[in-house]
Amino acid sequence: MDALKYFFFVAFPYAAIITFLVGTIYRYRQTGFKVSSLSAQFLEGNQGFWGTVPFHWGILMIFLGHLVAFLFPKLVLAWNADPTRLVIHEGLSFTFAAAVVVGLCMLILRRLANARLQVVTTKMDLFIEFFLLAQVLLGCWIALGYRWGSSWFAADLSPYLWSLLKLNPQPDAVMAMPLVIQAHIVFAFSIFLVFPFTRLVHLLVAPLHYILRPYQVVIWYWDRKRIRQASTAWSDARPRNN
Amino acid sequence: MDIRSQISMIFHLDKCIGCHTCSVACKNIWTDRKGAEYQWWNNVETKPGTGYPTKWEDQDIYKGGWEKKGNGSGDSINLKGAGKTKGLGNIFHNPNLPVIDDYYEPFTYKYLDLIEAKAGDDQPTARPVSLITGDPIDIKSGPNWDDDLSGSPDYARKDPNLENLSPAEQEAMFQLEKMAFFYLPRICNHCLNPACVASCPSGALYKRGEDGIVLVNQEVCRGWRMCVTACPYKKTYYNWHTGKSEKCILCFPRIEAGLAPACMHSCVGRIRYLGVVLYDADKIEQAAASDEKDLVQNHMDIMLDPNDPDVIEAAKANGIADSTIRSAQASPTYKFVKEWGLALPLHSEFRTLPMLFYVPPLLPVMASLGKSDPEQLDKMGPVVKKWDDDWLYDTSTDDIFGTLDQARFPIEYMANLFSAGDTAMIRARLEKLMAVRIYRRHVTVGDVSEEKSNEVLKQAGLTAQMAEDIYYLTSLAKFDDRFVIPAAHREQAIEMMEFTGDKKGSAGFGFKEGSAQRGL
Repeated sequence: MDALKYFFFVAFPYAAIITFLVGTIYRYRQTGFKVSSLSAQFLEGNQGFWGTVPFHWGILMIFLGHLVAFLFPKLVLAWNADPTRLVIHEGLSFTFAAAVVVGLCMLILRRLANARLQVVTTKMDLFIEFFLLAQVLLGCWIALGYRWGSSWFAADLSPYLWSLLKLNPQPDAVMAMPLVIQAHIVFAFSIFLVFPFTRLVHLLVAPLHYILRPYQVVIWYWDRKRIRQASTAWSDARPRNN
Repeated sequence: MDIRSQISMIFHLDKCIGCHTCSVACKNIWTDRKGAEYQWWNNVETKPGTGYPTKWEDQDIYKGGWEKKGNGSGDSINLKGAGKTKGLGNIFHNPNLPVIDDYYEPFTYKYLDLIEAKAGDDQPTARPVSLITGDPIDIKSGPNWDDDLSGSPDYARKDPNLENLSPAEQEAMFQLEKMAFFYLPRICNHCLNPACVASCPSGALYKRGEDGIVLVNQEVCRGWRMCVTACPYKKTYYNWHTGKSEKCILCFPRIEAGLAPACMHSCVGRIRYLGVVLYDADKIEQAAASDEKDLVQNHMDIMLDPNDPDVIEAAKANGIADSTIRSAQASPTYKFVKEWGLALPLHSEFRTLPMLFYVPPLLPVMASLGKSDPEQLDKMGPVVKKWDDDWLYDTSTDDIFGTLDQARFPIEYMANLFSAGDTAMIRARLEKLMAVRIYRRHVTVGDVSEEKSNEVLKQAGLTAQMAEDIYYLTSLAKFDDRFVIPAAHREQAIEMMEFTGDKKGSAGFGFKEGSAQRGL
């Protein structure tokens, strides 16, 4: 049994992360054109609103929550020390998780029900939707059945993840956890594993640089001041669009 | 002063016959692909009509273009339905995105069934099938569904430009005996203040510095679709198959070679003109944010006189090639817009500073039905069809400008399209068009006296020479008069497509190998 657990909590995470890194870089270099999420709103209209908006905002918050607990476990523990704050924290997290469940169900239903959407749906799209749903449902189960998840994530899981990061894996705490939580962890790494092969890659190209950019973009193919002088006419700078 | 050059177009609506040759030329070259079937980078609409996509001019629906909140001259403008806050806030779901049904579901017919159907009692039919799902569909609409005023109650009467016309005026437009229409060909306007470029979160859209063509870099586009919302003319399209946005590229490979774009080259009515204009890029922001009443004028004032020595000097200092400056001096666009004051931009109030200008159509406004003169009918000879009744389609020229007010098309309607509601601007242009006609009638037919013709020209603000030039460029102009396109310089043109530094030393002289070293 131990060998199996070592596989799942030591070998598998590393394999998943390496696949994530290598796969993502490979995908971007090979098919960079397709690194985005193929939007179906254009074909389907505005019914998707009730799926995509709760799903995206929910999963964004849940992801950030996990990230904060991983990066700053002491902060989370300090916040949770007060019962009121703990309940607020857990309640808010569960609300977002519920939003994800509702949104995902809507998204799956519309994908299966709409003939136009099936034209732009791949098997991987459906796989990742069901896989995410399973993962979020596991998360909800943990939140309800094994209180208080936010605290023991900070106390137990964060050190385990840090030990993985420091290449000195300490899976003991994880090995002692209930099966549901173990499944949640394995599923989490599985998402990293399949990440490069799904539409999830679009979150790596989130257009945050838009905030800093001036609105208008003008591209010159050559330096228009220098081009007129023979001594400097040869451009040594690559135009920005090739 | 930051002088740039811009390829700018004129569409002469009086000459458009609505044959859609331009649309077909464009479709065959650029959008005959999966996911692009519904896209018409060039389309021709019947006006009054709702257009393509349906009611695209109604920005309460589509939230395109820029809007100015305050009325002061210092107030800035913001994107109406996109931008940094709205765009990123709506990134997961864009509530202002037109969907495929706003255009039409692309379809084809199962032509093979006509040949391969089993022998039977009934005639085989080719059923329409959707080009998206491949399933049989009932066609609900298609390109130019409202062509030539078909389905007027559903389309023409819902034209957003009718909004501020009185019910009586609207009613008059749709009386069967008086109904009139004209065609409005549309391509991307390659704006100076493009809303699509400003709305792109990825920064995939850009304006080319050299000629002002607005393009989408397909490699950078991630399909956030904000440009589709932001363009008030709905001339950026989402390709549902590739997940990228596409738009009119003004046939830039042809432009770079000094050739006319396909839509313009193929134009049967020869309504299209294309030339270079020099403009002052420093004034863009100010012009786009002008008060609505000054908008059109400020927009046109951005264009600079290419014969002004100061302008030429500044243009040269800014790296604009001599060939481009020469083209700007012979530009038909500059003549129509600035010298003659005949052309106007479409829907300036969207504040994108479109660089496609339209000569408003005169329409059959001059003629009226009058009692025919039997003496005149006899003069017409045996070839002319003689009507049984004694009514004549009278085109005599007395009180010629007066008929503008009784035009079948209210001038307000034209003003809503071309001058942000300013009727005086439309009137000035229609008067000029009429003056040229009267002048030419004086020259060729001779039933208008010279004094009358001169008086009319003076009233319209033209000289006989100008009228002659307008007549030439409108009616007689050869290909090279209509399209004055400076080819990109060969050595520079190649740099538009690739970085020549990569190729240096890789062929001919130099080394083909990566390194000149031998051994380890």
